[in-house]
Amino acid sequence: MFMAMLGEAWHAMGANRLRTFLTMLGMMIGVGAVVLMMAIGEGAQQSIKKSISSMGSNLFVVLSGAPSAGGARSSSGGVSTLNISDADAIAELNGVSSVAPVTMGNAQIIYAGNNWNTTVMGTKPSYFVVRDWSIESGATFSDSDIRSSTRVALVGKTVVDNLFGEDIDPIGKTIRIKQSPFVIVGVLTAKGQSLNGQDQDDTIIVPLTTAQRKLFGNQIPGSVRQILVKAQSDNVMASLETDMNDLLRQRHNLREGTESDFSVRNLTAIANTAADTTKTMSMLLGAIASISLLVGGIGIMNIMLVSVTERTREIGIRMAIGARQQDILMQFLLEAFMISIVGCMIGIAIGVGGAEMVHYFAKTDVSISSQSIILAFAVAASVGIFFGYYPALKAAKLNPIEALRYQ
Amino acid sequence: MKNVIEIKKLYKEYATAAGAFPVLKDVNLTIAQGEYVAIMGPSGSGKSTFMNILGCLDQPTSGEYVLDGHAVAHLSTNELAKLRNQTIGFVFQGFNLLSRSSLLDNVALPLVYASKDKAERHMKAQKMLEKVGLAIYLQSRPNQISGGQQQRVAIARALVNSPSLILADEPTGNLDSKTSDEIMALFDALNQEGITIVIVTHENDVADHAKRQVRFLDGKVIQDTSSKKLPEVTH
Repeated sequence: MFMAMLGEAWHAMGANRLRTFLTMLGMMIGVGAVVLMMAIGEGAQQSIKKSISSMGSNLFVVLSGAPSAGGARSSSGGVSTLNISDADAIAELNGVSSVAPVTMGNAQIIYAGNNWNTTVMGTKPSYFVVRDWSIESGATFSDSDIRSSTRVALVGKTVVDNLFGEDIDPIGKTIRIKQSPFVIVGVLTAKGQSLNGQDQDDTIIVPLTTAQRKLFGNQIPGSVRQILVKAQSDNVMASLETDMNDLLRQRHNLREGTESDFSVRNLTAIANTAADTTKTMSMLLGAIASISLLVGGIGIMNIMLVSVTERTREIGIRMAIGARQQDILMQFLLEAFMISIVGCMIGIAIGVGGAEMVHYFAKTDVSISSQSIILAFAVAASVGIFFGYYPALKAAKLNPIEALRYQ
Repeated sequence: MKNVIEIKKLYKEYATAAGAFPVLKDVNLTIAQGEYVAIMGPSGSGKSTFMNILGCLDQPTSGEYVLDGHAVAHLSTNELAKLRNQTIGFVFQGFNLLSRSSLLDNVALPLVYASKDKAERHMKAQKMLEKVGLAIYLQSRPNQISGGQQQRVAIARALVNSPSLILADEPTGNLDSKTSDEIMALFDALNQEGITIVIVTHENDVADHAKRQVRFLDGKVIQDTSSKKLPEVTH
């Protein structure tokens, strides 16, 4: 009997195609919007998650220079107020996992006939631990390279692509950074974009001392631009932030009330905030889109009410030849359900197609999860049943004698 | 012979603003299996209300109605639906076919509500359409055939669940005289096979086909005769 009713519901839908299509349109647009919004939101969240995991976890950055020094302000990291011994002192604090002092600058790199301008970072081997950055081929430099300021370098993927192309293995090749020859000892794995959109693979990493003495020359010997600090766990982040501030103020002889000449930033917290914001945004988008589902549902109810009135006589005939109230209820409920589900399927196609177009034209990451499709189906089914129930009940409660007499 | 219908002291009242309005007053009627009965009477005589009660579409205010062994007066709506489906076959004045469905589906519809499977539905519906001489129109729509043919389809639908009783309400009211004769001939043939038929009509020549005439006036049975010829009654 159920199959027969399903067939009848299908026929009823086909009986007035334009009206059925217009009724479905509400569901199509609603489901399409929900799927599209969720795909965009999910895509944004995934690209942020990727950036966060590429950044390294439980991470602080200590920047030299105050974010808001009095008088003429310099940018953070613009003035070198931090040095290697600050980094060593931080390493002694409780809860610190590892510390990497970094100095950096831009430089022109030359290999054979190619050249490339990139960021050169001088740091210690601990940098790779702090950033959770592994080596694709070759090896990192060691502490002895730091002590003897050897001219060795690790190169990022982007640099490899631009200087060497695909066919040449860069390991063991000599490049020139600011005219000085460096031997490439390793290639870094690709990390992709950072949270603020920078290409993290467009970089060269050399021993800290080499950078300080042979590349950038320091106003103050031993000074560094920033210190990356990895905490042992999420739990110690808050106390470690306070401890680092206290320690550095003490070391820099800053009196009570004066501004710090450095700043400590909790990168993980900033990243998490960004992730939370994106999540909230995508939920908000989804919520707004689902309002159109509600409107679509009301459209279904409206049309089903019209349909019940139009088909009063048919209902009377069915009752006269033995349809029970629940048979009539089921018939109209199935019809509403079917309009809703078919609309939903078309809507999913629209949403997926829309997401692909957004991905293609706007170059934004999109991700269509099976969850969002299942959700769309579940919502469409419940909208169909919820808004179809009242008209169906109205049909089922008709008096057969009056229904038969209806013209 | 077994009784298909037993009605005792049947009353029906409608509530109106002016109080209870009696439509049927103390109706007693017994119809045995295989009978061919015409129910007659002018408008307002209560024959339509009586037919609705006979057809389990309405229930009496008081009194007793036993249909094919089932006491109808106190059944639930679901049980009434089941009786309409399996014990009664309706034939209406306006044919009342579903315009969107094929003739085959129209005839098979009572079997859907009897939860029969598709193969059985089609087999039986086709057999009934053959019986009324419309086997070649299985997939046609009701609007593609004539009124007389539509009424044949309605009769096939009424027969498809092998009911104990065929209840026809002015079955020839929308048909010309020639087609009316054909439809009545079909009823006659069905009665010959032993099917119990009750026809509600106000036309004497339709009533003449029946073997028994029951006449209503002002909510009462005023005449119940088995004679073929109806005496003239003045109102």
